[in-house]
Amino acid sequence: MIASETFLSFTILVALALLSLSFLVTVCRVVIGPTLPDRILALDMLVVVALGFIAAIGIKTGYALYLDIAIALGLVGFLATVAFARFVISRAADGEPLVPGNEMEGGSD
Amino acid sequence: MIDVIQNYLAGVLIIIGAGFALVAAVGLIRLPDIYSRSHAASKAGTLGSCVMLLALAVVANDHAIVTRALAGVLFFLLTAPISAHLLAKAAYAAGYQLWEKSVLDQMEPASEEKKTDTKKPAKRKSRSKS
Repeated sequence: MIASETFLSFTILVALALLSLSFLVTVCRVVIGPTLPDRILALDMLVVVALGFIAAIGIKTGYALYLDIAIALGLVGFLATVAFARFVISRAADGEPLVPGNEMEGGSD
Repeated sequence: MIDVIQNYLAGVLIIIGAGFALVAAVGLIRLPDIYSRSHAASKAGTLGSCVMLLALAVVANDHAIVTRALAGVLFFLLTAPISAHLLAKAAYAAGYQLWEKSVLDQMEPASEEKKTDTKKPAKRKSRSKS
C-alpha cells in the first residue's frame, strides 16, 4: 500500500517534469514557427499538454473538478483550430504573403 | 489489494502518456514542414493526453469521475483527427509548400500530373497568389 502510493507520487513528479519539457519545446515552436499553420498546430499541441497537466494534477490532489475544465478546454481547442483553419484559407484568398517577412509583415518575430 | 493495482497501473499509464506528449513535442520541433508536424501533434499528442486521462480514470473510485474521463477520451479521439485534417487541408489549399524532399504529393491536380515527368512526381507548381 505505502510502496504503491510512493510509486504513484514519484511517477506523477516525473510526468510533470516531462510535460513541462514538452510544454517548453512546443512554446519554442510557437515562437520560431515560420508560418501561421505551424503556430496554430503548436497551439493545438499546447492544449494537449494542458490536458496532461490537468490529468496529472487531478491524480496528485484527488480534486476532480478540473476534469470538467479539461473537457471544456478540449472543446475550445477544437473550435479554435477549426476557426484558425478557416482564417488560413481566407487570409490566403486575400493575397497575404504565406511566409512572414517577405514584403508586408516586416520581419519575422 | 485493488488499491495497489490501481496505483501501479495509473503510475505506468501516466508515465507513458507524458512520454508520448514529449515525443509529440520533439516531433513538432524536429520535423521539416507543416504536414509532417501535423502527424506528430495529432497522433502522438492525442494518444498522450488520452492515456493520461485513462490514468485518472483508473485511479478514481467515483463512477462520475470515471465516466467523465472516458467521455473526455472519446471526445478527443473524435475531434483531434478532424481538426488536424482540417488544418492540413486549409494549409494545402492556401498554398503552403511541402518539404522539398517530399517524394509524393497525391493531392496534386490531375492536369499537372499528366504533364510532369514520372521521375519527379513531387514537383508542384507554386500556387502562391502574387
